[in-house]
Amino acid sequence: MSYLLSQPTEVLTLLLQHLRMTGISLGVAIALAVPLALLATRLRWLAVPLMGGLGILYTIPSLALIIFLVPLFGLNATSVIVAMVLYTQVILVRNLTVGLAGINPAVLEAARGMGMSVSQRWWRVQVPLVLPVFLAGVRIAAIVAIAIATIGAKFNAGGLGKLLFDGIQTNRYDKIVAGAIAVALLALVINGLLLALEHYAQPQRRLKKTL
Amino acid sequence: MGTIQFDDVSLRFAGGARPAVNRVTCQVNSGEIVVILGPSGCGKTTLLKMVNRLYEPTGGNIFLDGVNIRKIKATKLRQQIGYVIQQSGLFPHMTVADNVAVVPKLLGWGKPQIQARIDELLELVKLPPGEFRDRYPAQLSGGQQQRVGIARALAGNPGIMLMDEPFGAIDAITRAALQDEILRLQGQLKKTILFVSHDVEEALRLADRILVMRLGEVVQFDTPFNLLTQPADEFVYNLLGADDMVRQLGLLRVASAMMALPPNYSNGHNPTLSHLDSLRDALSLILKTGAPALTVLEEGNPVGLLTLDHIRESAVAGPGAGENRR
Repeated sequence: MSYLLSQPTEVLTLLLQHLRMTGISLGVAIALAVPLALLATRLRWLAVPLMGGLGILYTIPSLALIIFLVPLFGLNATSVIVAMVLYTQVILVRNLTVGLAGINPAVLEAARGMGMSVSQRWWRVQVPLVLPVFLAGVRIAAIVAIAIATIGAKFNAGGLGKLLFDGIQTNRYDKIVAGAIAVALLALVINGLLLALEHYAQPQRRLKKTL
Repeated sequence: MGTIQFDDVSLRFAGGARPAVNRVTCQVNSGEIVVILGPSGCGKTTLLKMVNRLYEPTGGNIFLDGVNIRKIKATKLRQQIGYVIQQSGLFPHMTVADNVAVVPKLLGWGKPQIQARIDELLELVKLPPGEFRDRYPAQLSGGQQQRVGIARALAGNPGIMLMDEPFGAIDAITRAALQDEILRLQGQLKKTILFVSHDVEEALRLADRILVMRLGEVVQFDTPFNLLTQPADEFVYNLLGADDMVRQLGLLRVASAMMALPPNYSNGHNPTLSHLDSLRDALSLILKTGAPALTVLEEGNPVGLLTLDHIRESAVAGPGAGENRR
């Protein structure tokens, strides 16, 4: 803990690197997961092989996956970010497809029967209804991404993992503890923020609980 | 405004053994409640959903006030037609007010006009706006949800309402209350209502005319009384329980069977009922009180007498007595 306080600039730099990796990978992952999930919802036959493939990807240990990616993207943050994107796909795509399938068909029929166009149905009905489920997926994906980003330090990507690995190499116990605490805190804070967002996205359930 | 005309309308779903709807030709008049009645799979919902183009017919044409609906953009058409479905289909993420406002917003109404409309409609379906405007559907009972569903369907002031078994999933007592509500609203609003039901009592209660369907075809299209007294075939007879005399009496008004007051009439101790009540109500009252005769009142004044014999005569009289049906 004292290390975190005594080296504020170093810790801040590492924290920003960590956040940058997590942010970029989540952004790319969401941009990829939305069309994939829509495709899997539209084309039912695609859902099983897609989810199966992403599931298999998820079982590969992160260290091994990044090593596979190094020859393609180099020994840098890119390889780590690509790995994070691949890992989080299964979470995001599954949550989104399950969320879309979980919308009451009567609600969609009412939307159609009242004269909403395809895009009006998407933005006014499907998106608000699927958002809480999707955000739950984003939250889990963010935690996974933060964890993988920690390993990124081994691949020259920087981030808070650097404290951990440096500490292990130089036998600096305080550095190891500092790294562990920093990563854990980061994960907790991000989790809390996304949880609040999730809560905010579903006014109807928030009210229901208070009654 | 609000005439629906089916002209030789058919729909065969891809891979269907027989057409879901087969060559239906009929006309629903403006301001009329028509109940489409039949067993499951008879094509009643399919027929209904072709009117707002949720299904497209594979043959024939449908006209609204003489305009072929194929010539109207589907979304535009649907915004002009009220649509109520079984589980209400309310948007769970929107408040009651926002649910009601959906079609007015699609129609591009101004904000003050929409707000006024919301309150007006909630009053109309007996949900005080102050209490219900900001609630979410999950905070309402099934009956209240369906009231919102009806208000929502009326929001754009459509001439036509399509109701697809709207009270199918609602308990019997609430259902009866909602049916009364429909009749009350209809008295005020005079919409053209096409109502799908598999419940004979509901159909007899609501309909000006009943369209009986079977295996995708119209078997008979007539008033409740004529269906009971002159069923087209065995199927209609059995479906409506036409041998149920009490059911028939329920469709006849007291005024059609009563005798004029005798000159020496002095109100004894006869139980009284309104001239608008049905003969079924009268029979029930006679059985309950054991009185030999009932005094019929019109706006509080005695206008006639009714005995068990009068009811019996009406029950055997058949169609001729139908002129004064409810």
